[in-house]
Amino acid sequence: MTTRILGSGIRRREDPRLITGGATYTDDVQLPGMLYAAILRSPHAHAKINSIDTTAANSSPGVVAVFTGSDTNGVLSPIPCAWIPPDSDVKAVAHPAIATDVVRYQGDAVAVIVAEDRYQAEDALELIDVDYSPLPAVVSPEAAMQPGAPQLHEDAPNNQAFHWVAEGGDVDAAFAAADVIVKDTILQQRLIPNAMEPRSAVANWTSSMGELTLWSTSQNPHICRFLASLVTGVAEHKIRVIATEVGGGFGSKIPVYADEMITSFCSMQLGRPVKWTATRSEGYQSTTHGRDHIQYVEMAATSDGKITGVRSVVYAGMGAYLSTAGPGVPTILHGLMYSGTYDIGATRADIYGVFNNATPVDAYRGAGRPEATFLVERLVDLLAVELGIDPVDLRRKNLIPKFEDGHDVVCGLTYDSGDYEMILDKVLEHVDYKALREEQAAAREHGSYMGIGVCTYAEICGLGPSQVAGAVGFGGGLWESAIVRFHPTGKVNVYSGISPHGQGEETTFAQIISDELGVDVDDVSIVHGDTSNTPMGWGTYGSRNTAVGGAAMVLAARKVKEKARLLAAHLLEAAEADVEYADGSFFVKGSPDQSKSIQEMATMANVAWNLPEGMEPGLEASAFYDPPNFVYPFGAHVAVVDVDKDNGHIVLRRYVAGDDCGPQINPMIVEGQIHGGVVQGAGQALWEEAIYDDNGQLLTGSMTDYALPKAHMLPEIEIVSTVTPSPHNPLGVKGIGETGTIASTVTIYNAVIDALRPLGITRIDMPLTPEKVWQAIRQEQGS
Amino acid sequence: MNIQVTVNGKVQEREVDPRRLLVHFLRDDLGLTGTKIGCDTSQCGACVVKMDGKTVKSCTCLAVQADGSEVTTIEGIAADGELDPVQQAFWDNHGLQCGFCTAGMIITVDELLRKNPNPSESEVREGLKGNICRCTGYQNIVKATLAAAEAKRS
Repeated sequence: MTTRILGSGIRRREDPRLITGGATYTDDVQLPGMLYAAILRSPHAHAKINSIDTTAANSSPGVVAVFTGSDTNGVLSPIPCAWIPPDSDVKAVAHPAIATDVVRYQGDAVAVIVAEDRYQAEDALELIDVDYSPLPAVVSPEAAMQPGAPQLHEDAPNNQAFHWVAEGGDVDAAFAAADVIVKDTILQQRLIPNAMEPRSAVANWTSSMGELTLWSTSQNPHICRFLASLVTGVAEHKIRVIATEVGGGFGSKIPVYADEMITSFCSMQLGRPVKWTATRSEGYQSTTHGRDHIQYVEMAATSDGKITGVRSVVYAGMGAYLSTAGPGVPTILHGLMYSGTYDIGATRADIYGVFNNATPVDAYRGAGRPEATFLVERLVDLLAVELGIDPVDLRRKNLIPKFEDGHDVVCGLTYDSGDYEMILDKVLEHVDYKALREEQAAAREHGSYMGIGVCTYAEICGLGPSQVAGAVGFGGGLWESAIVRFHPTGKVNVYSGISPHGQGEETTFAQIISDELGVDVDDVSIVHGDTSNTPMGWGTYGSRNTAVGGAAMVLAARKVKEKARLLAAHLLEAAEADVEYADGSFFVKGSPDQSKSIQEMATMANVAWNLPEGMEPGLEASAFYDPPNFVYPFGAHVAVVDVDKDNGHIVLRRYVAGDDCGPQINPMIVEGQIHGGVVQGAGQALWEEAIYDDNGQLLTGSMTDYALPKAHMLPEIEIVSTVTPSPHNPLGVKGIGETGTIASTVTIYNAVIDALRPLGITRIDMPLTPEKVWQAIRQEQGS
Repeated sequence: MNIQVTVNGKVQEREVDPRRLLVHFLRDDLGLTGTKIGCDTSQCGACVVKMDGKTVKSCTCLAVQADGSEVTTIEGIAADGELDPVQQAFWDNHGLQCGFCTAGMIITVDELLRKNPNPSESEVREGLKGNICRCTGYQNIVKATLAAAEAKRS
């Protein structure tokens, strides 16, 4: 028996072009007559623009044009926010592509130079003379809401961008009746996503056709086209967005940014192709950041450890403007997830979205869910200490029991399927939890600080039912579509609106189609990332590629297969009801020697010499799939750390990720997603932070200052998994792209605090740098 | 200034501005876009190429400094259409996801293995300090490096 392609860890077909330098990313695009744009950005976090003098820049060598906000105003519409949660009084303040009167964050665009080459454009930037009057700035989202804080927008008193509350059950009653309440203040520090490819755009306006082609580093080219049509005024069908090769995104390439629209404007004004590519430091100021919460959180419980309530007050920094999906992140993707894996009778998320003089915030890997898992799993650990119960036992006591087809949690979501205890058991067995605790006890006897961190999580992804998208204020649908097309030789193209940018779906999607149609995987090619040759789709984020995009192509493939079956019956001169399918062939029931392969049917359907009455030629189908529910992957993670009490240095000694994402199409790729996600989450726990000074200057303005994880800082990630299918999509799959960041930050944090438990330390602000850990140890030792 | 650089075995002669970076010379002037620019501050290593047998970060090297030298980029690593063992190991071991850091990684690993044909896992991790990957958590890059080392030894 041959190995089934579905479930095989086959090598990626993307890789040959990527390991030989043959791939074409946006900045690799070269067009005849192409110009280069460079954007002048505000050095101030908040300032009034008195005047802009571009005279010297205009006459600088190679400069073709200089544009300011007075040129783009009225031509480019404001950059829209596309996620407006209802009942939250969202202040969707206008975000002009280029600032004209006030700049509100360091990095706000002020002018653009277009020149014959990059160097000339950069030279001329320095010749633009902007007269600013600096204004007071505010960065902390909590401080921004206090009386007397500098105000960013006239329309948003107290800098409140929105106020959103989600409550399930009677939260106040749960807390009033609680035997024990634990509290914490959590700083979900601002992070910089750091996709390795900086953002870039190449715009090519052909005035004779009235068409705009935009190569863009986008995770969702169809949304980019949709919003670009609103901003530029070019009709949607006259815009082609190309994002076939994108070097990572992690959420930061979801938004439609001013810069790509400015680049398009330049090409439209000048009638020549224009390229803009961010430098890394420019990207740090102008590409969306993640997290930025200050959370006041509490958990109520009975004295025997039954959790009865969770509530929060959260100040979520939005940056100076609302990014494309920004407001949806700390609300819908966060505040509905306070049950985690537990049976909790009451939860309330009380969320203030706040304007602050910093780069706009949007989705960053996990997007709202890491911030929710963190607070729930922190509170569980604090409760365990308070009650003197082992943190694993406390978790086990509160886990939602196994369910296969729907479990309602108190805030209104229905989890699809879960077996939380199974994955917890498997992970604990893998690490030998009991032995670790014994080792820890022995280490403590010797004065060594070893810590064990545990977390269980369930997360919402596979976004999502379009009706729900509409109900929660998402400005689009969340279905996917696919076209499956057999060519005359029996080869297959599949066209998808999903836009993978490193996740490997050219391979996994081909595996799905190969399995569904019984054709060799090498006979299938996946086409994505170009709006001119792919059907409408909402793109890649929210771990939705396989659960939604993959499901759409399964449905299309099944339509194709049924048509081929009818054609086979006709050619086999058998009754349609008697023709069955197995492994890529159709045969007459009871006569397996009488058969036709699906690839033969592709030939016959395409030549159309002999079709049944009424059958159209060709063998292709499209399908639209709107999921009936989200999917809810889950898992349990364990981290082991050693903390050096003399210098605060942390060694992440072991990390075990136990995840259940349903059936795995390609386990090698699944594991790769877990590795990357866990390490990004470790980055938040231990090293990463976007730091601004009080004036709104970004101090971590380059990779020199922003501490990204490197190979020598990490252990090998150990992986265990269980398989609990989702009941509601054709593949049973859930997402795996974001589970790593959702689980690992708090797992590692819990391990460090566990290590310091003999000292009575219960919290240290992230990232847990040696300096902060050392200070905390010193403080406790001195007190 | 007039410079003459042998790139991937082919002599290239060009007039370049003295301030032109080697990476722009390779990418924009020669069209060898496999070498990437990830950070501009010598941190990420996406731009690593080989110059006279040693790795350099081409975003921090002037084109004129390459005058008279031999430069190998990712496009020149494979010999006669056969993947180099390092490239092959990256493919076999899922050592890349988005691919943007990959050119620099492969060239760095190639040098690492020349210096130390039988590295331990921790030596590999130390050797990758100058290269940043945001997708893989490095795990399969380390695995690929160890696999390439073994392939090269056998």
